[in-house]
Amino acid sequence: MLSTRIIPCLDVDKGRVVKGVNFVDLVDAGDPVEQARLYDAAGADELCFLDITASHEGRDTIFDVVRRTAEQCFMPVTVGGGVRNLDDIRNLLLAGADKTAINTAAVTNPDFVGAAALKFGSQCIVVAIDAKRVDRDGKTAFEVFTHGGRRETGIEAIGWAQRMAELGAGELLLTSMDRDGTKAGFDLELTRAIADAVPIPVIASGGVGTLDHMVEGVREGHASAVLAASIFHFGTYSIAETKAHMRAAGLEVRLDI
Amino acid sequence: MLLDSGTSNLLSVQRALDHVGADVVIADQPSMLDDADRLILPGVGAFGHCVANLIENGLFDAVLDYARRERPLLGICVGMQMLFDGSEEFGWNDGLGLLPGRVQPIPMSGADGGRHKIPHIGWATLERSGPDWAGTFLEGFGRDRAVYFVHSFSARPEAVSDILAFADYDGIQLTAAVRRDNIMGTQFHPEKSGQAGLGILSRFLAM
Repeated sequence: MLSTRIIPCLDVDKGRVVKGVNFVDLVDAGDPVEQARLYDAAGADELCFLDITASHEGRDTIFDVVRRTAEQCFMPVTVGGGVRNLDDIRNLLLAGADKTAINTAAVTNPDFVGAAALKFGSQCIVVAIDAKRVDRDGKTAFEVFTHGGRRETGIEAIGWAQRMAELGAGELLLTSMDRDGTKAGFDLELTRAIADAVPIPVIASGGVGTLDHMVEGVREGHASAVLAASIFHFGTYSIAETKAHMRAAGLEVRLDI
Repeated sequence: MLLDSGTSNLLSVQRALDHVGADVVIADQPSMLDDADRLILPGVGAFGHCVANLIENGLFDAVLDYARRERPLLGICVGMQMLFDGSEEFGWNDGLGLLPGRVQPIPMSGADGGRHKIPHIGWATLERSGPDWAGTFLEGFGRDRAVYFVHSFSARPEAVSDILAFADYDGIQLTAAVRRDNIMGTQFHPEKSGQAGLGILSRFLAM
């Protein structure tokens, strides 16, 4: 039976972790590789690096982070942020990433997703969708946003998710921009609407504040995996606590590490 | 020896092998396989693409020659699928034909008829097929240990005796590990399955 995957996400800027954890035994708390190693040892099922480096010069630092992580952590690693062309994907895979998350570039050129899936296989193409509730003729609709939720695209999110799956995305990383950073829980209506509309797995993201939120994301949101950043980074909950809670709620999780 | 089949998980497999102390040589020439005492065939992406890469580099026949010499061969993911007669992915493509059987799409629904997600992605435990794993690369593998899968197609071996392990997916049995004499394969990724996976690679190296 497949386990629900618990995926910690690390924001990396110029090769350094932005929101650091205060792990006591960490030699260098700002080193993403150190943190990756600890998450690996703690039983994280996958790891996600989100490269938020804005400057062009700083962009190559992510390759070194991925390379050093892959030398020590024998777990699946996804890298997102700034994935714009086939060379970006190739370089990340060669550095040791298993999957790449495409966000803005998919909106700019949807066929890029198809070309990437054809070239590297759907298994390494994750399409990241940042969605937000909008009012359309008095009704709530979900719309795709880019640039951290600041730029509206006018694209309806459910149809977009289906299109990405058809083009060859292997998974969707769905973030509710309304809930991101709020600790109010996933947008379950959004998550369920998308998860039920596509044949591929959906990773729920945005809004986790409690362990019950994780359970809800799977039970009510129909997500295959849950991603969280701050509750792990700030040590609110450990991976082990999260898994114990989910198992107690009757969900399948990987407990051996 | 690790075969350079032109796929992106080559380095991941190499790093995992390095970690468990293997003396790894990456083979990209047919003649290099003459000296191999163990061979690992990695593979991700489309089946036809992986086979075409092997043929293009003259490695397809070299792998068959190697297998005839009865030395240990381990296929990983699409590398395992390539051991079979062929795959239905993007139309029929012939495989190495070392194990009888076809590679087919994972059924869209579980045993109860409910649709489930494809690809089959994530960690799953291994269910034993047949009496015993003694003497195989899964010897001593714990029932509660999980390994990492990511695939949309699944091998259907003709001979049940070739199947070492299944993964249960909503009541559907997916071929997870195969073995016939010196021919071995895992649908899951031991190089991405943490300590459980490293242990499996170690046991293969000790065979």
